[in-house]
Amino acid sequence: MIEVRIHGRGGQGNVVAAYLLATTAINEGWNAQAFPAFGAERRGAPVVAFVRIDHAPIKRRCQVVSPDFLIIQDEALMNIPGITEGLKTGGGILLNASKHCDSYSDEINGKLVILPATQLAQQYLGRPVPNTALLAAFLKLTDLLPQQSLIESLEERFKGAVLEKNIALVKAAAETITDNPWKTTLNA
Amino acid sequence: MNTNTQSISVDSLMKLRKNQPRFEGIESGHRACLGCGEALAARLVTEAAGPNVMIANATGCLEIFTTPWPESAWRLPWMHSLFENTGAIAAGMEAALKAQGKPTKVLAFAGDGGTFDIGFQALSGMLERGHNVLYVCFDNEAYMNTGIQRSSSTPHAAMTTTSPPGSDRMGKRHLKKDILSIVAAHHIPYAATTSVAYPSDLRKKIRRAMEIEGPTFIQIHSPCPLGWGHEGDYSIKVARLAVQTGLFPVIELERQELIGSMPIRHPRPVTDYLRLQGRFRHLFNEHDARAIEELAHIQALADHNIKHYDLCGDGVDRLDSEGADTVRRGGMRWA
Amino acid sequence: MRKALEGSQAIALTVALCRPQVVAAYPITPQTHIVENIAKLVADGKMDCELVSVESEFSAASLVLGAACAGSRTYTASASQGILLMSEVLYNIAGLRIPMVMTCANRAISAPLSIWNDQQDSMAVRDAGWIQLYCANNQEAVDTTIQAYRIAEVTELPVMVCVDGFTLTHTLEPIDIPDQALVDAYLPPFKFARALDPANPISIGTLVSPDHYPEARHSHHHALLDAADEIIAADADWQQLSGRSAGGLLSVSGPDDAQIGILTLGSIVGTLSDASDLYTDLPATKLINLRAFRPFPFDALRFACSGLTDLIVLERALSPGFGGIVSAEVHAALAGMPGVPRIHSFAVGLGGRDIPLEIYRTLHQQIDGAEPRPFSIIDVERGRLPVEDHGI
Repeated sequence: MIEVRIHGRGGQGNVVAAYLLATTAINEGWNAQAFPAFGAERRGAPVVAFVRIDHAPIKRRCQVVSPDFLIIQDEALMNIPGITEGLKTGGGILLNASKHCDSYSDEINGKLVILPATQLAQQYLGRPVPNTALLAAFLKLTDLLPQQSLIESLEERFKGAVLEKNIALVKAAAETITDNPWKTTLNA
Repeated sequence: MNTNTQSISVDSLMKLRKNQPRFEGIESGHRACLGCGEALAARLVTEAAGPNVMIANATGCLEIFTTPWPESAWRLPWMHSLFENTGAIAAGMEAALKAQGKPTKVLAFAGDGGTFDIGFQALSGMLERGHNVLYVCFDNEAYMNTGIQRSSSTPHAAMTTTSPPGSDRMGKRHLKKDILSIVAAHHIPYAATTSVAYPSDLRKKIRRAMEIEGPTFIQIHSPCPLGWGHEGDYSIKVARLAVQTGLFPVIELERQELIGSMPIRHPRPVTDYLRLQGRFRHLFNEHDARAIEELAHIQALADHNIKHYDLCGDGVDRLDSEGADTVRRGGMRWA
Repeated sequence: MRKALEGSQAIALTVALCRPQVVAAYPITPQTHIVENIAKLVADGKMDCELVSVESEFSAASLVLGAACAGSRTYTASASQGILLMSEVLYNIAGLRIPMVMTCANRAISAPLSIWNDQQDSMAVRDAGWIQLYCANNQEAVDTTIQAYRIAEVTELPVMVCVDGFTLTHTLEPIDIPDQALVDAYLPPFKFARALDPANPISIGTLVSPDHYPEARHSHHHALLDAADEIIAADADWQQLSGRSAGGLLSVSGPDDAQIGILTLGSIVGTLSDASDLYTDLPATKLINLRAFRPFPFDALRFACSGLTDLIVLERALSPGFGGIVSAEVHAALAGMPGVPRIHSFAVGLGGRDIPLEIYRTLHQQIDGAEPRPFSIIDVERGRLPVEDHGI
């Protein structure tokens, strides 16, 4: 089973990110589960969502405490104590940021992949919603699911110009990742 | 104070404003969204009402974003019970304070949901029995706290999650309920509308209502950026346009009689207002005959308001008192 | 068709398949997505019904009652405060023996104010006279909603389908939505013999003197008890058509020879099931998940509990000043049974507190003694209690 924890702020499409990731997995024939932890959901408030992907049907419904991966949609959230808590040894952190920050510990830096998702989103969507770009990068890093499948999930949720722009965005985001250092396979 | 505008610097005026003591009933650091009209309205209301009040607050955004346990943003005695009973809770507070002979004024705070719909019965009872309560309705025109569902305050043709446009629908089918007339029909001494775009007007009306013994009702038009579909920095602009189009008339009623209205010197077409908000986006599809028809409907509603409340101000006498005082003081814009 | 769907979305699509003519609802977290999805279907011409956005839950329940009495299949949904606000109407609907279906998106009750998942709301109205069915996952929510219409219309009793708020309603997972043809084959059009009709006028809701009231309650009580048969039959027929069971009156998993059992309602069983697979060092445990709470499945429960030395009742509600609600009813149901297990009573996850896998181990540790554990809220964190409550 693969467990992902997605941290963001209200308005950044945190829940949609989780739903899209799970939808992509389900459309590929896996079992998956996605749900938010519910705090104050006003725009700007820190929010968390969880995703599980597995071969077998997923039965547990508790929050993810030991994620294999973290996706962090807002750089400022790194200041929240404990945000990386529970990350499994060898786990990866995909962070939406514009540049490497020297104030992170060596330990964090070792797990970190940076993606300037907000800038990419501004460029392709005209809005600073980083979620789809981060998902595309995540799938490339892990080589978990095909990009085309993510696009099909987008087609289920969006339409018209919004869809077209998101497709362009995820392609561009995936292209910035040249390798799969987090390559993961689901064990049967 | 020197009345020669040339010799007063903006700098010293701003310093004066900063040093002016204002009562803060709500502390900053609460969890409202950027640009929340309701948060601004609540701050202005409590500032004008002063410290000797007791507040009954309905379920809704205001209550949720000001009181996440164990923190509270209120510097005033405050209570939240349920969604539908604010009028009754306030009535109870008033009865108790009356029995105890205390002059503390009871304020009831509720959104449009807690006023127009689920809280309507309790409001009506409180008004009819003549309780000395100032009821403030923060009108953001939908159930925002639960995720933007329509209320009877939602304007005609607006999109909400329970009045979505689609092949069979063009947003909310029904008209915005005229709560002020219904409230006034309870023969209460004072009922008024105001808007966060006109903070002086808002504060003036609150101070007025505070001084009245008996039920008073103030409906404050409060934009919700998320629910209305605009950026947080546009809240005031949008609220102002609502008034300037005639869609949200700013009026005062005393025992059902219209005794004051904020004149609109240059009425704006409703499209200027609607165009800025995502909740009316479906009306701007020029290929959709229904959209064109709805825009005409909405313009007709605005025109009706302007006529009915005689909102068109022209000539030098048709100024609200705030404006008149400003002019007489030499036209300074920061009165 | 198997699709990735949010629970609320699946429920909305399912309701549309059941073809209600009148839907009324008032928004309350966490039911909102169900109603919003229905509104979108209606706005897009994909669902043919009168959708009424009422001004309170009290009116939502009243509106569907009026519609049902006028002969239409109906739907409403609510949670928490809304269930309480409409409770007077719920008693009224059941006492009048009106067939209808509603979703309760289980949520905690104020005060303290909470929007999160537990089952205090549906438990609060267990005496209203409705059939109450609890869903363990979103597939069951779909299948049970469809079955609920059949059960309601055959027994002439209203059915409350309980779905854990957020935990199920806001969780996206693979769900199979049946075809319209399948649902139409299973659900005949609504035919209510006691509907109001000018051609055959009757009076509903009259004043009933002591001369007749006890008989009305007797009939109602027995109708509810007998509904157990229809609940079983409806599930069996559905299984024939769809290949899936929704759990009948209750479902049992785990080794047949297990001597410890954990009894639950709703979605918590999923976490316990994974935990029992993981914690192989702990004794074999049966998981008994009640689907029907009203009518209470006396016989099925006794059968499921035979052979157990210990039964843990793990519930998502409580009766303050008494203790466990479900455990009290379980005690009553198992009283006098040969070899009655020791019954341990716990509440967990009140107000939506997350229920981790470790709860399984904690439960086993708690019952590792001679005496049955009296009611406690198992996941209370002592450090968060006010100082004066530290000793209790």
